[in-house]
Amino acid sequence: MEQSWQLLTGWGRTAPSLAELVTLPGDEPERFLEALLDEPAGGTVVRGLGRSYGDAAQVAGGRVLSTQRLNRLVRLDGREGVVEVEAGMSLDTLLRHLVPLGWFVPVTPGTRHVTIGGAIASDIHGKNHHVDGGFGSAVRSLRLASPTGVRTLAPGASDAADREAFWATVGGMGLTGVILAATLSLIPVETASIRVDTERANDFDDLLARLESDQSYRYSVAWVDCLARGRQLGRAVLTRGDHARRDELPARLARSPLDFAPRSRLHAPPGAPRGLLNRATVAAFNEAWFRRAPRRELGRIEPLSTFFHPLDGVEGWNRLYGPTGFLQYQLVVPLGTEAVLRRVLERLAESRAASFLAVLKRFGPADPAPLSFPLAGWTLALDLPGGRAGLAPVLDELDELLTAAGGRIYLAKDSRLAPRLLPAQYPRLEEWRAVRQRLDPRNVLCSDLCRRLDLAGHRHPRAAAAAGRARPGPAGAAEASPLPTARGRRAQ
Amino acid sequence: MNDAFGLPQSVLVLGGSSEIGRAIAIQLVERRARLVILAGREGPGLEAAATAVRGAGAAEVATVAWDATDVAGHTRALEATWARHGPIDLVLVAVGVLGDQERLEHDPAAAAAVLTTNFTGPAAALLAVADQLRAQGQGTIVVLSSVAGERVRRSNFVYGSSKAGLDGFCQGLADALAGSGVRLVIVRPGFVRTRMTAGLPGAPLSVEPAAVATAVLRGLASGAPVIWVPGALRAAFVVLRHLPRRVFRLLPG
Repeated sequence: MEQSWQLLTGWGRTAPSLAELVTLPGDEPERFLEALLDEPAGGTVVRGLGRSYGDAAQVAGGRVLSTQRLNRLVRLDGREGVVEVEAGMSLDTLLRHLVPLGWFVPVTPGTRHVTIGGAIASDIHGKNHHVDGGFGSAVRSLRLASPTGVRTLAPGASDAADREAFWATVGGMGLTGVILAATLSLIPVETASIRVDTERANDFDDLLARLESDQSYRYSVAWVDCLARGRQLGRAVLTRGDHARRDELPARLARSPLDFAPRSRLHAPPGAPRGLLNRATVAAFNEAWFRRAPRRELGRIEPLSTFFHPLDGVEGWNRLYGPTGFLQYQLVVPLGTEAVLRRVLERLAESRAASFLAVLKRFGPADPAPLSFPLAGWTLALDLPGGRAGLAPVLDELDELLTAAGGRIYLAKDSRLAPRLLPAQYPRLEEWRAVRQRLDPRNVLCSDLCRRLDLAGHRHPRAAAAAGRARPGPAGAAEASPLPTARGRRAQ
Repeated sequence: MNDAFGLPQSVLVLGGSSEIGRAIAIQLVERRARLVILAGREGPGLEAAATAVRGAGAAEVATVAWDATDVAGHTRALEATWARHGPIDLVLVAVGVLGDQERLEHDPAAAAAVLTTNFTGPAAALLAVADQLRAQGQGTIVVLSSVAGERVRRSNFVYGSSKAGLDGFCQGLADALAGSGVRLVIVRPGFVRTRMTAGLPGAPLSVEPAAVATAVLRGLASGAPVIWVPGALRAAFVVLRHLPRRVFRLLPG
């Protein structure tokens, strides 16, 4: 076991907080239960690869349990297409196991560098949500260590409490316990390639009309230029496709159709200057991106990684935003509220908030998880440079609009939502809280996200307890500390 | 918690009746702060500040009797505040008196009292605050310094030297806090139109308390370690700092 006090942030590199990072050995999953029973004063939360953008996988003054060593492939049923993996395994590692055998993960986000546990806890979605639903829909069962014990949960469990616990854990942001392992349904593939159709949409109405016809594609997404205004508002490049069949591959690829060995070719420099990504550079990029895309191209064969994970080609791209970091704003509004979506795009374009191409997608129906983000509607995601106070009220204004329309903000991306909007955005919040409370009656589980939004609904008793126990410590801050006592740690 | 824009949800103001402190607290409440604790000398000033902050929409406002010069009591007083209200995301140190320079020059005891109020007291309190925030693992300290401390002048050297001391102390403390999740922001306003400066001849680039607050919120988002208000003073002091003494002494004001 390794432990040290570390300053942690999410992928957006905003709002750092200090916590004791504990990496438990992978071969003794029961140690996670012991760690939860230890009840450190500042609370405990689990962390995978730290790819949630905001403050979901950190807890100020508390203990963060890393699942990095919990990364074995337990069982692969190559006939039925079912895999059982430990929760700390990344999609990257899993795909390297699966693709050569002709299987693909049920859902992949825009990066392979997320863990299975994080994928479940955030109920992540991908370009196939309109067809296949979120990650949670593909989970056959999971093993959860919560402070009340270790249990195996499944959506089809005979016990209603187990079913509720399952769906509270899917999308539960790690606040129901530590997911130890999961069994997933896979997608069969003949090749490691995608057959892609690309087309341009010239404006907002054109864009939505084209996305309505998504059902014929398994994967679909549009990249929208958020700096385009007026008649060009909503101009976008749509890329849609499906897994290529073997007979569709060119001869060069057909010899070894399931080869999958993506590499990141570039590394972002460690110290990007402030303001590198400003309105001018981003506008130029967006223009070039839009012009570069073919007006219409059908049946292009692309490697999986190019289609799904373009940003994984640049390692540490989040550093390009400089010392102030960035935030990702991702919202969903229900079908029928397209006017709100248009207003959001207009307002963002007016505010000239420099953003790389935003992503627009039509979601399919929501899954049964009370805290899951997707709902039948339109989701828009964009990266915004941090550090600009003027952006905060603009986003607040958009939040009001989309909340009134029945929309919501994605918790795995959030770093700034006004807490009072949470209950309206997640109307089943109380139901989730009740199940969470059963799994963690002493409120051991806690994250900065949980405190900031009062997710658990009790105004962070553990943080208060930690603060009340503060003792003056030596001046040096971020040094590794000796082992903490079970209750009431020393202040470094 | 502090969010991605550095906006806190709970705020402690040391020197709770300060007009600049009140202006900052109000703007923080208008964004994300729901709890504000005003610590200071009991009296109408503190109550008026509480009313104003409540009026801005704070869900919870508390006042605490606190004496900046009671250096021996700081640790206990702040521990009690944290036990009752913690965690606290942002601590604003807005303690300060100007004093009558002409009188102070001939009243050593009174001059020492100004130094204690403006420097010794807040410095000691800052150490106690830093310990609480370190234990929390996150937090922001905002300290109202002054351009008067950037280069101390003949006309207000008692006040100016107290701010120079506090400013230097805070620069060191900010470095000591690096890597702890706690951030210290130094604010260096120029002439701010408040009760403290009422009756003084106005200075160039003078601002209202609200302008200081706006600059502070901008700095919380940008991560700036030092905030000048107005920003033009930063450039001005690049020059002023290096003027020969003979010339600096002749400047008006």
